[in-house]
Amino acid sequence: MAFDLLIVDDSAAIRKILQRVLQKTEMPIGKIYEAGDGFEALAVLRANKVSFVLSDINMPNMDGLQLLGQIRANEDWKAMPVVLITSEGSQARVMEAAHMGATGYVRKPFTPEQINKVLEGMVLEPVA
Amino acid sequence: MQFKLESRTIAPMVSRATCEVLSTMLDIEAEAGEPYLENTAPANSEGVVSFVGLAGPELAGTGSLHCSSRSACHLAARLLMSDFDSVNDEVLDAIGELTNMIVGSFKNEIEQHIGPTGLSIPTVIYGRNFSTRSLGREDWMVVPFSCGEEHLEVKVCLKGREEPCAHIRHGEKHEFILSH
Repeated sequence: MAFDLLIVDDSAAIRKILQRVLQKTEMPIGKIYEAGDGFEALAVLRANKVSFVLSDINMPNMDGLQLLGQIRANEDWKAMPVVLITSEGSQARVMEAAHMGATGYVRKPFTPEQINKVLEGMVLEPVA
Repeated sequence: MQFKLESRTIAPMVSRATCEVLSTMLDIEAEAGEPYLENTAPANSEGVVSFVGLAGPELAGTGSLHCSSRSACHLAARLLMSDFDSVNDEVLDAIGELTNMIVGSFKNEIEQHIGPTGLSIPTVIYGRNFSTRSLGREDWMVVPFSCGEEHLEVKVCLKGREEPCAHIRHGEKHEFILSH
């Protein structure tokens, strides 16, 4: 059993850090897909089955909230856990994300423990 | 009570935001120096400068991070757990993301006083003989930081949209000019 996941962030640095953090968790991680914005993320989701998505909000082309809207509107993906990781940590932004169906929310800067805590609360569907 | 854009309120927010990001993401304990106001273009410099814009109904401005190439490589190395001998795309990306987190943390604190504020996507500049200049007349609040042998500066320039206090003056336009 393994969980494949998708990391969406326009910063390669953050994608790399998240990969490092996730590989240190006790969660059995399978493939880690990457995307630089919402459009790339949708292309990855169309081509691959993933257990959950970690996404930044503030991105060019298609931001994280727009991506979340697309995922929730798709019959195949609507139950997929989506965690938003962003420096946009205001209460209004958190409420907006929750209202749109975000599974969790982590504010940058984050610790590995904060990422772990959010992942522990998710019900995931393994891909293998 | 009306929130005032003053050095004594802004500088501690910049210090807290920067120290939190450096401590959490890089495991670096930074020491903030004495903040000061800068109202003239700094001398030509070498290194990396990263900008993130702030905008909301009450305020608009810019936050920036300035450091030498060596410090940029050091900060990126701590963030990405890799070694960097020179500034490359990964270093620039790391500095942009650090700036995003620092200005984002600052924004999260200041918007408790001034309401929802948005962030732009970071812009990072690297060069050996360049200067940055604001066409506005606002002062920049500069907070220097020391992290062991490395040094960096975080600068913030804010303009209230309606009733600026005496410390923040209105400008007509706000952009950056690069000269080589």
